[in-house]
Amino acid sequence: MDGDKIKAWEALCIEEQPPACAAACPLRVDARAMAEKMAAGDFVAAMAVYARAVPFPAILAHICEHPCEAVCRRAEAGGAVRIGALERALVEEAYPSIRRAAQRARKPKTIAVVGAGLAGLTAAFDLVMKGHAVTVFEADAQPLDRLHRDYLPAVLPPSAIAADVGALMKLGVDIRCRQRIDPPSLDALIAGHDAVLMAVGPGPAAAFSGTLLLNAAGRIDVDRQTRATSHPKVFAGGLHDGTEEAWSAIGSAADGRRAAGSIDRFLQGASLTASRGDERAGTCLYVNVESHTAVPPVEAADPAAGYGHAEATAEAARCFPCHCLECVRACPYLAHYNTYPKRAVREIYNNDSIVMGNRKSNRMIDSCTLCGLCTELCPNDLAMGEVCLEARQSMVERGHMPASHHDFALRDMAFSRSDEVAFARHQPGHERSAVLFFPGCQLAASAPGQVAAVYRHLTERIGGGVGFMLDCCAAPAHWSGRTALHGEAVHRIRTVWEEFGRPRLVTACSTCLKLFGEFLPDVPTSSLWTELERIGLPDGAKRPAPKGPLAIHDPCTARHAVDVQAAVRSIATSLGAEVRELGGAEKTTCCGYGGLVSFAHPEVGNAFADRRITESDDDYLAYCAMCRDNFARRGKRALHLMDLIFPDADDPAARPDPGFSGRRDNRLRLRRRLLRELWGESMSDPVPPVTLVIADAVRADIERKLLLVDDIAEVIAEAERTGRKLKDRTTGRLTASGRIGTVTTWVEYEAGAAGFVVHRIYGHRMQVEAKP
Amino acid sequence: MSTPFGDPDASDLVCARCDRPLEMLKVEASYLGQTFPVELPACPTCGFVYVSEEIAAGRMLKVEQALEDK
Repeated sequence: MDGDKIKAWEALCIEEQPPACAAACPLRVDARAMAEKMAAGDFVAAMAVYARAVPFPAILAHICEHPCEAVCRRAEAGGAVRIGALERALVEEAYPSIRRAAQRARKPKTIAVVGAGLAGLTAAFDLVMKGHAVTVFEADAQPLDRLHRDYLPAVLPPSAIAADVGALMKLGVDIRCRQRIDPPSLDALIAGHDAVLMAVGPGPAAAFSGTLLLNAAGRIDVDRQTRATSHPKVFAGGLHDGTEEAWSAIGSAADGRRAAGSIDRFLQGASLTASRGDERAGTCLYVNVESHTAVPPVEAADPAAGYGHAEATAEAARCFPCHCLECVRACPYLAHYNTYPKRAVREIYNNDSIVMGNRKSNRMIDSCTLCGLCTELCPNDLAMGEVCLEARQSMVERGHMPASHHDFALRDMAFSRSDEVAFARHQPGHERSAVLFFPGCQLAASAPGQVAAVYRHLTERIGGGVGFMLDCCAAPAHWSGRTALHGEAVHRIRTVWEEFGRPRLVTACSTCLKLFGEFLPDVPTSSLWTELERIGLPDGAKRPAPKGPLAIHDPCTARHAVDVQAAVRSIATSLGAEVRELGGAEKTTCCGYGGLVSFAHPEVGNAFADRRITESDDDYLAYCAMCRDNFARRGKRALHLMDLIFPDADDPAARPDPGFSGRRDNRLRLRRRLLRELWGESMSDPVPPVTLVIADAVRADIERKLLLVDDIAEVIAEAERTGRKLKDRTTGRLTASGRIGTVTTWVEYEAGAAGFVVHRIYGHRMQVEAKP
Repeated sequence: MSTPFGDPDASDLVCARCDRPLEMLKVEASYLGQTFPVELPACPTCGFVYVSEEIAAGRMLKVEQALEDK
């Protein structure tokens, strides 16, 4: 796979963008994670999140200006989460749980910080945590003197300041008060330390003009990004560039952090500018605010005391939390793998890049239905199906595609394309075709009688000859990444189309329609449903009106076929159906068959079907045979549009899924019936090698294990002919096996009056032989 | 060295053609070009190898999948 393309795909997924609160916080406090933990009642874990970003939790919880609340997306649904109040409640309850230990630096450096304000002490905190020796020099009698002066004790209790400063000193920071640094002592600090931070206000700056370059405003000339001054060992606080906004507590702390980051880089001899990541970057995380109902903020029972535990937990639970995950919420595939596209794309690429070792993501790649719903929901139109399809093509190309994932589907496709099933004829009595009817392999497999009936109708209403072509559009080859096989099949369809005089193709299958549009763009193709809307339905037929309303399910391959969607609704309504929508055609979901997921990962396939069928209690109306049969298989009453037009059962919504063996029989039968009845060809019905008696439960097991009744009959016939079988002395049952294609099929059976009774079947791919 | 592929209960099974009970024999299992020796119940006369469903859906399936993902 192409690495640049992978990067472009990854970049489209914005799930890893920070939430608005974290993006707006100068210290990047992950308020989303903090609130999630508080909502779960785990204040200790929430405290750990808060204290990871905030050097002085007790102080800042009281005086932070919380710019996070101004951008909180909850504001659009009831009011911003009161993050500041949450932080205070957190500190109130869990401050003693904070555990901090400084790293042990391999080569500790000495750093002098001039000024024990919030910026200077934050820098001191960050640098001592990195393992350096930090001494702070403060002219006033106590550190953080400004905070004592500017805040009332009711707002910022002196005990909070004492707690944070005490913790800082416990980490090893040496704070020396009443130590005014004048120009000569600055020179001494520079000489005696590896780096110096001038975290002083603008007032005293001018005095240091002998050592440090001043700017036009008479302040220390400091680089905005790095806080570097004209002296390589000296860094300075951001107040000196004169362009910073008004003083703020959180801004000062961030200022100190920025300077400390530069000092650490300087001490390591690293670039001061390369990939700092502390620039304000904003966020483009998409949040579907409309999906949340408005909830007002929790009001503290005692506003002066702030939130109690229960109040804080309730308020934290108002955090959505902000995530995109629009596709994940709608997709059982991504949900099954507990992932989102950015991570999935990377995983797929890593899997593709493995030269030696286990490719653990093969099944994950083969579990996408390629249905395209993620693209509809993604703010950036990222298509996971494209990623997975390319990965599958790459797997096939390199010989890494696990054979078992798609073997059965490809075998079924080969059968549909074989001489046993596939054929094409001009309309009887015609030597050319204006239209070529291509019902598709699955409608033929599900409802052969209706295919015959609609073909008859088409020939009656459309002039110039309506040819018939029973074949497969080769979707299984395409979906499984078999590019060459798919190309060969498409070529064959093109050849027939050309031999038939380039007629207009009319197909009953949305997948055929979509793939022909993509791979045979010059072949004029239309849907049977738009065609029927144009030519009208058969007259005179007595059709019972459907019982109750029908919820319409559009196949994922018709997601964008607006004309087809409209035609289907119009036909159904004209036949007396009350059609109800299931969230609309554009956002339709996969039935669980798309992309061959039901073969590669049945559990995920069933999850798609099961989610869809629980959306409405109404009977479903489908116009893809595979969707209808899949819903029926999972126990949902479902009709095909054909059941409304050509009703051939009292309760068509109760029609069971024919199953894979039944689908094969239906295709064979359709071919024989049409060739015999319409083209007068002599067709002999095949004689099964043995008669089988199969209970429903065993038949369902055969389906689940992707085995075929025909193959079972072959195995028993061969065992009976050769005597190559085992006998159970206790039960008298017989066991035989046979290799068919790449699978060894085992059958446990016994002879009964009505035929061979099949008790158990299973298969494996590995071959076993006794050594000679 | 051969590995027994589990411990199937095949004691009741006899080869219908040779009329002999199955015995654990060293046989060769192969998949995707890899061959390895295993022990499975087989007819000591004709060599008919029996694979129980427990083995087919259990250890054998695991090995198949592991080889497919190599």
